[in-house]
Amino acid sequence: MNKSVREPLFHLVKRDGLVWWKSWIVRLVAVVLSLLVSGILIFALTGENPINVYITMFKAGFATRRRFWALLQNVAMLLCVALAVTPAFKMRFWNIGAEGQALVGGLATAFCMVYFGDKLPSGLLLLVIFLSSMLAGALWAVIPAIFKATYGTNETLFTLMMNYVAAQIVSYFTYVHSNPKGSGQMGVINKATQAGWLPKIEGNNYLLNILIVLVITVFVYVYLSKTKHGYEISVVGQSENTARYIGIDVSKVIIRTLLISGALCGICGFLLVSGTDHTLTRDTIAGRGFTAIIVSWMAKFNPIYMVVVSFLICFLQKGAVDIASTYGFNDALAEIITGIIIFFIIGSEFFIGYKIRLTHHTKGGKN
Amino acid sequence: MSVPAIELRGITKTFGQVIANKNVDLVVNRGEILSILGENGSGKTTLMNMISGIYYPDSGQILIDGKEVVIRSPRDAFQYKIGMIHQHFKLVDVFTAAENVILGMENEKYNLKEAADHVRKICDQYGFELDPEKKIYAMSVSEKQTVEIIKVLYRGADILILDEPTAVLTPQETDKLFAVLRRMRDAGKSVIIITHKLHEVMSLSDKVAVLRKGEYIGTVKTSETTEADLTEMMVGKKVSLNIDRSDPNHPQDRLEVKGIDLVSPEGIRILDDISFTARGGEILGIAGVAGSGQKELLEAIAGLQPLSGGEILYNNPKTGETENLRNKTPLEIRELGVRLSFVPEDRLGMGLVGNMDIIDNMMLRSYKKGRGIFVRKQEPRELADTIIKDLEVNTPSATTPVRRLSGGNVQKVLVGREIAARPTVLMAAYPVRGLDINSSYTIYNLLNDQKDLGAAVIFVGEDLDVLMELCDRIMVICAGRITGIVDGRSAKKEELGLLMTGKEAEDE
Repeated sequence: MNKSVREPLFHLVKRDGLVWWKSWIVRLVAVVLSLLVSGILIFALTGENPINVYITMFKAGFATRRRFWALLQNVAMLLCVALAVTPAFKMRFWNIGAEGQALVGGLATAFCMVYFGDKLPSGLLLLVIFLSSMLAGALWAVIPAIFKATYGTNETLFTLMMNYVAAQIVSYFTYVHSNPKGSGQMGVINKATQAGWLPKIEGNNYLLNILIVLVITVFVYVYLSKTKHGYEISVVGQSENTARYIGIDVSKVIIRTLLISGALCGICGFLLVSGTDHTLTRDTIAGRGFTAIIVSWMAKFNPIYMVVVSFLICFLQKGAVDIASTYGFNDALAEIITGIIIFFIIGSEFFIGYKIRLTHHTKGGKN
Repeated sequence: MSVPAIELRGITKTFGQVIANKNVDLVVNRGEILSILGENGSGKTTLMNMISGIYYPDSGQILIDGKEVVIRSPRDAFQYKIGMIHQHFKLVDVFTAAENVILGMENEKYNLKEAADHVRKICDQYGFELDPEKKIYAMSVSEKQTVEIIKVLYRGADILILDEPTAVLTPQETDKLFAVLRRMRDAGKSVIIITHKLHEVMSLSDKVAVLRKGEYIGTVKTSETTEADLTEMMVGKKVSLNIDRSDPNHPQDRLEVKGIDLVSPEGIRILDDISFTARGGEILGIAGVAGSGQKELLEAIAGLQPLSGGEILYNNPKTGETENLRNKTPLEIRELGVRLSFVPEDRLGMGLVGNMDIIDNMMLRSYKKGRGIFVRKQEPRELADTIIKDLEVNTPSATTPVRRLSGGNVQKVLVGREIAARPTVLMAAYPVRGLDINSSYTIYNLLNDQKDLGAAVIFVGEDLDVLMELCDRIMVICAGRITGIVDGRSAKKEELGLLMTGKEAEDE
């Protein structure tokens, strides 16, 4: 071989698709590697034993019943938004306004609790709250959808800006209804009567929330994979030209899908205000609208995988907060660890799709 | 012939499990035109992309003037005086020819006047006709191609690679291009031309290298071979290149297109007063240079292009009623009971969804069937199995995403689905583009079957020889206008070529 020739050290070769269990091994290896790298980082920066740190992290989610239920509640809330954005994403409609859509759902909930709390019987009140939260979320999502369908506006910017509008309206609402007056905070709504609160099941605060999200999971799964609407969403997302070719009314599908997507976001706002916090602030959704995008993508728009991914992310977040406080770490370190783990998991997808081939290996002439 | 201008030794390139090139050897001398012949998917373009620095080979060597070189980017390729003219032009529309030519040349002073003079000199030397000051958007396809060729000559290329250069040209333009290429050869340059058209190979090149399914079959001297021998090398077995054309089966007017006009959103007139009649039981061919409005015409009939004028009348053979299809959506057309099938040019971007499997693609036409909100998969599943069996679709299973299938199999799936609807009008745009010879003949036979069953078949083709063998009548369009409708049995190639360039038939 002529050695004067410079050759690239390696190049990438596309895989033809891996067997499912092999791809899960790749993902598992990625998690192990990420824990190893984070461990080295923890030891280098703080001198703590990484194993102890990981045990603390694990305990954050699993040590007590109460913690475990709190973790499940968080998983359910994140999962709810992730499920909500999925129909839109599957249609290639980049809805990054889930935060705002969920927030107006929460706003509608708080509004009904304040104004109808002492006027309607509790069953009817809950129904009114539920429907108005869905309506509010749907409205917030359908505005950009209508503009996209009729004028071809960019939905990414539009939905993003709707978030700020929602946050400002909520700020105004909480200021007007602040308790005590002038504090800017609403406090617990209907503390004495508990009117419009989602009921406990057998003394468990979160069980009903979780069950509702489970129902939504099944609904989204069936809707996307078994119905005519779901099929239309796939076709529009894959190729708008094909959709037109077979006579799908693309505008109609966009608007219809965003109504559903927004309504599901609205339900999340309802669950957070009526079922969890019993108050409303502009941070009620706490960034779930954006984290949900990661969940939806990492799960490849599959509602069942989304359960797993939501669980992983919530567990990591909770664990990161706990190790930060237990060991007196800076908050940033906890986030770095979460970041490293997610980076490795997303990165592993690359190795599922491609393999790296060293150049001199193939020079021997074998294929 | 001492040292070859370029030599390839044992070049191999794979994509996943697909072997695009396997152990290819190739020699091109100075002052020589080499044709790379092979069916679509045989790895011709991949091989040339490795010479021009777009792909990097998995193994093997490239030698320029006898010295081994590594070409990692198009910039490296230019350094070795290799220039490639791609099938799809890479020009900036709002720039002039001269501006495009010097675009991206870093180590040269930006002097448009000198560049334009240099371009004129190159034109004179090789016999191009080009105005360096003309903007690209005002140019014809053939002029744009000239700019691409001058671009690489300007950079001093000694080895020119042209990827299917005649696909977008009329017969007359092709002759002009070939004259230019011969002059380059006489000036000592090496020319490599990728093609799958046999008569071009025979008339132009000195040598032919044949690839089949990525494998290098051999190189022969053009003077020592025949078209039949080359076909055999290309396909691997003897094939008969005949289409059985039956007589029209009780032709009756099925689709009457009357004076339709189409203006694009940019205000460009794409279809200009198009009128013709498609009859049941015959094949109407549409010929024309690519981009003359063929695609839009079929899409307009299928309800995908809003028209600004004219009528599309459909005579329903069952009810005897006449419907106007103008500006109806595809869904409305189907609800009228019009069995209109359409095989669009863009198979995976319009006719099928690449990421969906064969069953889901069968459902595209029928998913709305049945009551209720759920889709039914039973019928599409059966249809998929039937098509796979009857048309011999080569696929691992009915649940394989169609983008994984080869071009010929993709087309069988699409044509199979469209034919399954028992169409009374069947439109097909470039249905054999990219297909191997055997698949092409399968498609021709399917179209002929539909004709015999009484469907009005409209076939947009690019190969004039095929159009003349297959069609009962051939309609020629140029720049959105009909320039003539001729009988398929008596048509002459020269006549069609003239019509394609816009010279209208004198006696119609």
